[in-house]
Amino acid sequence: MTVREIFESMDYGSAPEAAGDALAWLVDQGDRFGHFIDGAMTEPEAVFESRNPATGEVLAHVSQATEDDVDAAVAAARRAQGKWEKLGGPGRARYLYALARLMQKHARLFAVLETLDNGKPIRESRDIDIPLAQRHFYYHAGQAQLFDSEYAGRVAQGVCGQVIPWNFPLLMLSWKVAPALAAGNTVVLKPAEYTSLTALLFADICRQAGVPKGVVNIVTGDGAVGERVVTHPDVDKVAFTGSTAVGRRIREATAGSGKALTLELGGKSPYIVFEDADLDSAVEGLVDAIWFNQGQVCCAGSRLLVQEGVASRFHAKLRARMDTLRVGSPLDKSIDVGAIVDPKQLEAIRKLVDGNSSGTTYRANCEMPESGCFYPPTLITGLSTADPLMQEEIFGPVLVGTTFRTPSEAVDLANNTRYGLAATLWSENINVALDIAPKLAAGVVWVNGTNMFDAAAPFGGVRESGFGREGGPEGMMAYSKPSGPGKALAKIAGFSSGADTEPQAVDRTAKLYVGGKQARPDGGHAYHVFTKAGKLIGQAPLANRKDVRNAVEAARAAKGWAGTTGHLRAQILYYIAENLAARKDEFAARINRMTGGRSGAKEVDVSVNRLFTYAAWADKFDGRVAQVPLRGVALAMRAPCGVIGAICPDDHPLLGLVSVMAPAISMGNRTVLVASEPFPLAATDFYQVLETSDVPGGVVNILTGRHTDLAPVLASHMDVEAVWSFSSSDLSAGIERGAAGNLKRTWVNDGRARDWAGEAGEGRVFLDAATDTKTVWVPYGA
Amino acid sequence: MQMQTEAVQLPQTVEPRNPGMGLDLDWVMRATANRSAIERRAAALPGRRSVKKDFQAAWLCRAVTCIDLTTLAGDDTVGRVTRLCAKALQPVRSDLLAALGMDGLTVGAVCVYHDMVAPAVTALAGTGIPVAAVSTGFPAGLSPFHLRVAEIEESVKAGAAEIDIVISRRHVLTGNWQALYDEMRAFRAACGEAHVKAILATGELGTLQNVARASLVCMMAGADFIKTSTGKESVNATLPVSLVMVRAIREFHEATGHRVGYKPAGGISKAKDALVYLALIKEELGDRWVQNDLFRFGASSLLGDIERQLEHHVTGAYSASWRHAAG
Repeated sequence: MTVREIFESMDYGSAPEAAGDALAWLVDQGDRFGHFIDGAMTEPEAVFESRNPATGEVLAHVSQATEDDVDAAVAAARRAQGKWEKLGGPGRARYLYALARLMQKHARLFAVLETLDNGKPIRESRDIDIPLAQRHFYYHAGQAQLFDSEYAGRVAQGVCGQVIPWNFPLLMLSWKVAPALAAGNTVVLKPAEYTSLTALLFADICRQAGVPKGVVNIVTGDGAVGERVVTHPDVDKVAFTGSTAVGRRIREATAGSGKALTLELGGKSPYIVFEDADLDSAVEGLVDAIWFNQGQVCCAGSRLLVQEGVASRFHAKLRARMDTLRVGSPLDKSIDVGAIVDPKQLEAIRKLVDGNSSGTTYRANCEMPESGCFYPPTLITGLSTADPLMQEEIFGPVLVGTTFRTPSEAVDLANNTRYGLAATLWSENINVALDIAPKLAAGVVWVNGTNMFDAAAPFGGVRESGFGREGGPEGMMAYSKPSGPGKALAKIAGFSSGADTEPQAVDRTAKLYVGGKQARPDGGHAYHVFTKAGKLIGQAPLANRKDVRNAVEAARAAKGWAGTTGHLRAQILYYIAENLAARKDEFAARINRMTGGRSGAKEVDVSVNRLFTYAAWADKFDGRVAQVPLRGVALAMRAPCGVIGAICPDDHPLLGLVSVMAPAISMGNRTVLVASEPFPLAATDFYQVLETSDVPGGVVNILTGRHTDLAPVLASHMDVEAVWSFSSSDLSAGIERGAAGNLKRTWVNDGRARDWAGEAGEGRVFLDAATDTKTVWVPYGA
Repeated sequence: MQMQTEAVQLPQTVEPRNPGMGLDLDWVMRATANRSAIERRAAALPGRRSVKKDFQAAWLCRAVTCIDLTTLAGDDTVGRVTRLCAKALQPVRSDLLAALGMDGLTVGAVCVYHDMVAPAVTALAGTGIPVAAVSTGFPAGLSPFHLRVAEIEESVKAGAAEIDIVISRRHVLTGNWQALYDEMRAFRAACGEAHVKAILATGELGTLQNVARASLVCMMAGADFIKTSTGKESVNATLPVSLVMVRAIREFHEATGHRVGYKPAGGISKAKDALVYLALIKEELGDRWVQNDLFRFGASSLLGDIERQLEHHVTGAYSASWRHAAG
C-alpha cells in the first residue's frame, strides 16, 4: 500500500513487536531446557515441545520431570530452607528487591517471551502482566523487610510446592514465589506445560540475583509432575492456581497430610450493570473483563447481568464495541484479542458454545486470522440461569448474559453459582454500589471497573473458587504459621459404667439444640454419660445425619445474623457471659462430675472471659484499606464465612465449645457445634444459657453424638462453608477429603492438642478462620 | 498513480448538517460519565493502538488535513495572518510531500479572530481552504448577548465559513440547560450557512458529567461541531474529555442519524498525540469521522512536530525545526 492509499483507508497496518531478542535467548539456551534444581539447570531429558499458539511454531523443548527430579528439587528446597529463613527478613528483602530490579531490567524480554509462549497480546504482557509481576516482588521485598517485626511469632511453612496455570505464567509465578520467599520458605514451582518459558527465564534471573541455591526450584512437565509436587511427603505447603476440578483432586490428595493448602480456582464471575451506570464505560469494562487475555482469566466477568430497562441499549452498544475489537497476531501492538493458548482449549470452547442452543449468539464482526488458535469474541444474550453456559466456566472470549429487574434480584442472580471468585458492578449511585458489593458472594468485588489487581490487595475466592488469599498481609499469612506445633492429642474416651446410678431429684432429658429449639434426636437414641467412678449421671442424644441436616438448615435460615452490627453481636456475647457466670457453680459441678477433675470452676471462669474477649472483638476485627496505586480505595473487608460446622474439643466440655462458638458468631457466622463426645452434658446445659441470652434461633446449633459419625456428614455437606475440628478422634483426613466436594474451608487439628485455657485458645487465628477477606475496589472521581 | 496529481482536500462526501432538535431534558439528565473508568480507557488507548512506518506517515498526513491552523494572539497582523495562510496551503515542504506521494496536502482551515477574517479570506481565495473565526466574545463569552450574535453575523459577512462560538459556562455550572440550548440555537441561527463549532471550555465545566450533558445540549441545538476548549483555559483538550464528547456524538448519531464533528483544541502539540487522537476517533466513532469535515485539531504548534516526523520518515534522520517553513 502506498502512503496515499493508507491515507485514504486509514488502516492501522501492522506494528509487530520485535521477537528477535526473545528468540535469541531461547537459542542461547540451546532451545532445550532441563529443570532448575539446586541453583543449576539439569540436562534436558524426556523433552516435549512448547509451541507458539498463534503460529503453531515450536519455540523450545522442555523436559518432563521424573519422580527423581521432583525428589531432587524438594530435597534441594529442604536443604536450603533453614538457612534461608535464618537469613532474616531484611536479608531476604535484598534478594527479592534484586529479583524485582532484574525483572524490570529484562522487562521487554519477559513480555515478548510471554506473548510468544502464551498467545496473549503484547500490550497485555508489556503493560499488565510483567509490571504487575515486578510490583509483586517489590511489594514482597517490603514484606520480607518487615517480616520479623510485623509477623512476630510466625515462622515459615517450610518447603512450598506450587503449581501454576498457563493464563498468566509469570504473574502467577510471582504471586506464588514472592510471598513464599518473603516469609522464609523455599519453593518447588511447576509452571503449566503449555507455558514454561518465562519461568525458566525467571530461573536465569534467580541466578543473576545470586539467590542461594535450592531456594527456588522449577520443575517442568504435565499434570503428573504437578501431582508429584503437591503430594510429595516433604512438602509443607501447597499452593495451586487452576481449575476447580484439579483443585478438588489436590484437596483430596493432600487430605490428612498436614500440608497447608491454598487454592485459587475457577469462576463464573458476574458483571452487573445497573440502569444508572455509565453504559459506555461499562461496555468498555467488558473489554477488560471478558476479552482480556482471550477470556482465559479465572476472574473474568463472564456472566453479564443487565438491568432490564437499559438492556437493549446496552447490548447494542456492546455489539458495536465488539465489532471494533482487533483479533490477530499477539505480537502486533494494535491487537486486542490474541491466540487461545492451545488447540485443545480452542476445541473445549467450541464444544461448549456449539452445544448451546438457547438465547441469541452474536459473534464479533471483526476480521479473524486465517490460521492459528483464535476464537471470535462472542456474546450470548437471553440465557436463563438454567442454561449450562450460565453455570459452566467457558474460559474463552465468550460472554453470556441475562437481565434483572431490581437490585435484590441482581444479587440473587449473581450469587446463583457454585463459584465465588470475583464480581463487577456498575452504578453511579453510591447507595446501590456500596449496598450491593458486600452482598455478592465473591472474594473480590470491583465497582465501576474490572480486573484490577495489585500486590497490596488480597485476591482469592469463596465457594468452589477456592480458599486462601494472595497479596497483602492476608497473603503472607498463608505462607507463615504460628511457631511451635502442639503436642500429640490422645483420644479421650468417656468413662464406662459401674454399678451405681447417681440419684437425680427429677430426671433431666438433654436434647439437641436446633434452630433455637430443643429437639429430640431423629434416631431416637441416646448414650450414657458416667462419672469417673462409673456412676451414671445422664444421657446425651445421639445425633445422626438427619440431625446434622436439620441443624445446617436452621443455621442457613438464620441469615440475618451476618447482617447484624458488631455492636449487637457484642451485646449478645456479653449477655451469654452474664448468664453463664450466674450459673457458674452448676456448670463447674457438672464439668467436675463429668471429667472427674476439679478445674470446673476455672473452666467456667475462662469461658466467661473468652466470651468477653470475642464480645470485645465483635466490633474491632476491622478490615483495612489496601494501599493500591489507584485514585480510589481497595477495602479488604472481613466477611463471615457463613455456616461453620465445628467438632468441639473433647477435653474441655464447656470451654472448648465456647472457644469455637464465640469467635464464629462474633464475626457473624452461624454455627453447628458438635459437643465434646465424652463429656456432652455441659453443652446441653449451655443451650439453656443461649435461650436466655437473646441469641437468635439457628445462630448456634448444638449436636451431641459420635464425632466419627457426624464429622463426615458436616464435611461433605454442600451448604456448609467451613468445618473445624478439634476432636480427639482422628477426623482430620476425613474432613479434608469430604470438604473437597464444595471446597469448603477446613481447619483441623491434625491430631495435635491445643492449650484451650491458655493463649493458644483464643485470638486472631480464630478470627482469621472465621472470616474471609473480601476485597472491594472502589475507584472514584468527581 | 494518477491520484497523486490530484489535490487531496477532504471531504470526498458531503454530510448533511445537523439541524438540531428540541431540547430533550430526559436524555440530557440521563447522561453520566464515570471519571475513573474514562481515564482508564484513555490511559490504555495509546498502548492499544500503534501505527508505524508508512502507516504512521499516512496518518500524520491525515492529521495535517484535519488541522485548524490557528493564530489567536493580540498582536496578530495582516502580515502574520497572510504568512499563516501560506503555510496552510503548503503545510509540509514540497519535496517531502513528493517523496510521500502526497502532493497537494493542505490543512483543514485557518482559524483567526474576527478582524483577521478578511485578510485570511483574501489570502486563501481560490484555495478551497475555509476560514474559521472564533466568536461570541471569545474566549470568555461574557460580552452582551446581542453583541455576541452580531459578532457572528459580522464574521460570516466577512467571509468566515466556520464560526467557533463559546458557550456560557455559567449555564452549565448552574444546570440551566434551557438557557444553554436557547443560546446555542441563537448562535446557530446567526451563522446561517456557516458551520458552527461549539466550544464547551471543558476545563471550566467542573465534571465530565457536565461535559457530557453540555455536549448533548449543544448538539440538540444544532451544533455542527463540538469543540473542547478555547486554548485559553488552564486545562484544554485531554483524552478523557475527548472520550466523553465523542461518546456523546456517537449517541447523538445513533439517536438522530446526524453526524456532528469533533474538535479537540489546545495542548495537542506532538505528532504522537495526534496519532492517539486519530485512533480514538477511529475506535469510538469509526472511519467516517476521521475526515476533516467531521474532525479537526485546534492547534498551532502541532504542525511543526508533524513536519519533523515526516522528514524523519522520508530521510531516516531526525529533523530540526528550522528545516521547515515557519507558519
